[in-house]
Amino acid sequence: MYTMEYDVVVIGGGPAGLAAAVSAKEEGADKVLIIERDNALGGILQQCIHPGFGLTRFKEELTGPEYYSRFTKKVAELGVDVLLNAMVLEVNDEAKQVLCTNSEYGMVCVQAKSIVLSMGCRERTRANIVVPGTRPAGLYTAGSAQRLVNRQNIMVGKKVVILGSGDIGMIMARRMTLEGAEVVMVVELMDYLAGLTRNRVQCLDDFGIPLKLAHTITKIEGNERVTGVYVAPVDENKKPILEKEEYVPCDTVLFSVGLIPENELSKKAEIAISPVTNGPVVNQQMQTSKAGIFACGNVVHVNDLVDNVSAESETAGRFAARFAMGNLPSVVKEITCQTGRNVRYVCPQKISLSAENETVNLYFRVLTPEFGATLVAKCGDKELTRKKEIKVNPGEMCHLTVDTKDITGDLTVEVLKED
Amino acid sequence: MKKEIICTICPKGCTVTVEGDAGAISSISGFGCKRGQDYATAEFTSPVRILTTTVKIADKDGDLLPVRSSSPLPKDKIMECMEVIKKATAGLPVCQYDVIVENICGTGVDIVATKTMK
Repeated sequence: MYTMEYDVVVIGGGPAGLAAAVSAKEEGADKVLIIERDNALGGILQQCIHPGFGLTRFKEELTGPEYYSRFTKKVAELGVDVLLNAMVLEVNDEAKQVLCTNSEYGMVCVQAKSIVLSMGCRERTRANIVVPGTRPAGLYTAGSAQRLVNRQNIMVGKKVVILGSGDIGMIMARRMTLEGAEVVMVVELMDYLAGLTRNRVQCLDDFGIPLKLAHTITKIEGNERVTGVYVAPVDENKKPILEKEEYVPCDTVLFSVGLIPENELSKKAEIAISPVTNGPVVNQQMQTSKAGIFACGNVVHVNDLVDNVSAESETAGRFAARFAMGNLPSVVKEITCQTGRNVRYVCPQKISLSAENETVNLYFRVLTPEFGATLVAKCGDKELTRKKEIKVNPGEMCHLTVDTKDITGDLTVEVLKED
Repeated sequence: MKKEIICTICPKGCTVTVEGDAGAISSISGFGCKRGQDYATAEFTSPVRILTTTVKIADKDGDLLPVRSSSPLPKDKIMECMEVIKKATAGLPVCQYDVIVENICGTGVDIVATKTMK
C-alpha cells in the first residue's frame, strides 16, 4: 500500500478544512495535507454562487467562490499538500493513521501526528422527516438541486414547492426563479422563519413568493413525476389540520429541512459524539475525546455563517499543529460548559484549563426566539461576561468570549429575559 | 403607493411602512432607528441587489462559470439582465473578476467572473 507521512492531516477541503490547514501551517507545522473526496477544493461553497459570505471576516459581501478562493490561494502559497478524489475510509486514532482510496494511488495510508476532522454535514431528506405519498421523480434536497443547477447545468424543474424555510431553501427559491421556474410557495412547519430575514426579503419577497408559516406538506402525489402536493396548516402541536388541506400542483419539491453532521468516520474511531449537536464533543482547542484528533466546522455543529466556521477551524488548525509539534499546554483541570435558560447547546462542551491563559469563543444556540435578551456566561454565582441582544433566534448563532484565567469551575451559559 | 418594508439592518426586523410616489416619500413609520429609516428610504426610492448567476463555458458542455454583478443593480432590472446573461458564454481560461458582460443593460455595471477556471 502507498504510504505518506505528514504532521497534520486534514480530512475535508471545504471552508473548515481550508482554514484549519492554513492556520496549522502558519502555526509552524512543517507538512500539512488536505484530503478531499471531490475533484476540487472549496466544498459546498463551490455551488454557493450567491453573495452574503465574509461580512464579518472580510467586511465585504462575497460569493462562495470568492470566499473560498481567498483560502485556496493561501493553501497554494504556503505549500499545503492536497490529495483530491480521495475518499477516507478509516481514521485510526491510536496509530494516527488515515486510510483512503484515490484513483491515482489506489489505497493510501497516511501517517499523521495529529488529525483534523472537517467533513462537514449532509442534508436531511424526505426520509428523515417522513412525508407520506408516492415516490416519483422531481424530489430533491435543496442542496443537491443547487449543485445540479449551479455546477452541472441541469435544471431540476419548472413549477416548484419548497419545504422548509432554511437559508438554502430560500436561496434556491430565488435561483430557480432567476432561471425561469415558477416557485409556487415555501412551506415552513414552525411559526417562524428558519433562515435569515435578509434571505426572506431578497429571495422570497423580491419575487413575490408566498411563505406559508405553520404549514406542512401532508402528501406527495404523482407516479412517474411529481404532479402536486397537499399542504395543510398545523396546530400548536405541529399536527396538520386536515380539514384545511389544499392541493398545490407542481412538478418539483425541494426539501430544505436541516443538516446532519457527517460523522461516520468519527463514530468508527469511537470519538464521543454529543446527542444534541450530533457532532464530536470538543474542548476550546477543538480537540475531541481522542488525543490528537481535532474537529471543526459543520461536522461539529451546524453553523449559519461560514465566517464562524473559518474562525473555529483556525483554532483547530493551530492546536493540531501544536499537538503535532508536542507543545500543547498540559491540562491542569477540565471543566464542562452547561446550558442554562433558553440555551440548546454550547460549543465547546468542555474547557481544558492549563497554566496558559486562552480566550475561549463560546458559540451557542437558543431554544426559542425571544426579544430583548441578555446573554450571560457564569461560573457558579460569578458572572464572567454578559451581552445584550435585541433579538435571539434559534437560526442565528449566539457568541460570547471568556478568558480561561477567569474560570473557577463548571461554566453555565444562559439567556435571560430583560425586565 | 404604500409599501411595507422589512428592515434587514439588524436581527430585530422592523416592518417599516412607507407611502409616496417614485420620487418623493410622503410618510414613513415603523422604523426602530435612523439606520432603519435610511434603509427603508433607499428600498422605497431605488432598491438595488447584487445579481449572481452562471454562464456557460463555450465549447464545454455542462461546465458553468459563476458570475456576479460588480456592484448592486437596480432591482427592477434583474430579470432583464438575466436574459442577457443567459445568452452570454465565457471562453477559457478565465480569471476571477474578468469582465464577462460589460455595462449590462446600460446600467454601468459589469458582470464579472467569481472564479478562476483553466
